[in-house]
Amino acid sequence: MRTIEQTTQEILELATKQFKVPAGSLTAEDDFYKKLGIDSLQALEMLSRLENHFRIELPDYEVQGVSDFKTLAQRIQARL
Amino acid sequence: MKKKGRNLPPVKEFRGKGLRWEWRDGVVELTLDHEPLNEIGTLLLGELEQFAAAIDTLAPITSACIINSARPGGFSVGGDLKELYNNAVKLPPKKRVAGLRIFIKRIHRVANAIDAAPFITLAAVHGLCMGGGLELAVLCDLIVADKMARFGFPELRLGFIPGFGGIPRLRRDVGNGFIRDLLFTGRTVKAEAAHQAGLISHLAGEGYALEVARSMARQITKFDIEARVAAKKFIKPIPYQELREEVELFCKLFNRPAVIESLRRFVESDDPMKHLPVSPKQ
Repeated sequence: MRTIEQTTQEILELATKQFKVPAGSLTAEDDFYKKLGIDSLQALEMLSRLENHFRIELPDYEVQGVSDFKTLAQRIQARL
Repeated sequence: MKKKGRNLPPVKEFRGKGLRWEWRDGVVELTLDHEPLNEIGTLLLGELEQFAAAIDTLAPITSACIINSARPGGFSVGGDLKELYNNAVKLPPKKRVAGLRIFIKRIHRVANAIDAAPFITLAAVHGLCMGGGLELAVLCDLIVADKMARFGFPELRLGFIPGFGGIPRLRRDVGNGFIRDLLFTGRTVKAEAAHQAGLISHLAGEGYALEVARSMARQITKFDIEARVAAKKFIKPIPYQELREEVELFCKLFNRPAVIESLRRFVESDDPMKHLPVSPKQ
């Protein structure tokens, strides 16, 4: 079982890769909408990548209103 | 009586403002390409009607048809809610339903024509496939989905039900529990979950849905036409009665102030998760 820290780190690595930002430039507290400048389509694409990576189903209503990686990691952790 | 269009030359190529199609070696590829994400309003509907009218001319020389999207964000996010809202608010409440029913019945005529096409239809789906976009996909005999595709019916979030025939058609293919999950939670599901539920026939790697669909279409062209047509008719009946009931329920639910208000919020929203509207009660 992953720890919340491991889950957060994996999310940051996936986002770094998906949005092609410099390694280490994202932090758990970042607002990903603002920091990455993404729209709902990209957010849903990120959700698909997260679901495929963690092999979970994460209903989008659970991440609606979530904008920082830390809270996102908590939502994912609850489904692992 | 001979069927309309049988004696006309096949319309092998069409290039419209929202879609195009091209026939090659027994396979038609119909590509949706209407910005931003293939919203189905009067423009796309008009061109889908042109395709529906061409089905009979193409039937004698066509084994398969692949419906796909050239838009990078996905297959289609469904009905053009902005147009729907703008048209609705122009009319007094009592006249809204009449205008809506005309539009919905046109959609259903096109959907029934594609559903009953004597060739095999495949939807090659990537990205978002929601609402009316999913209803367009479930018209098809087979769905091939990119593993990054997402499927959903967000209509209840806005206060109505899918109106393009999606629920009665989906009931042919998947369990009622999966439909209720999509409908009552309004959530989107990833391609793998949709595959497990039986909605999708083949899962494709990222960016390969169209290529996989082409491979399936080539296989389909090998079989006897008469047997294929008979098999499709046998295994895929069109639920006309339920579709008629759906039109009435959709129109009844739509013509409520709460729906107009939720559409207004959707149209004016700058929410980053706009494709997943929040219900007026939240």
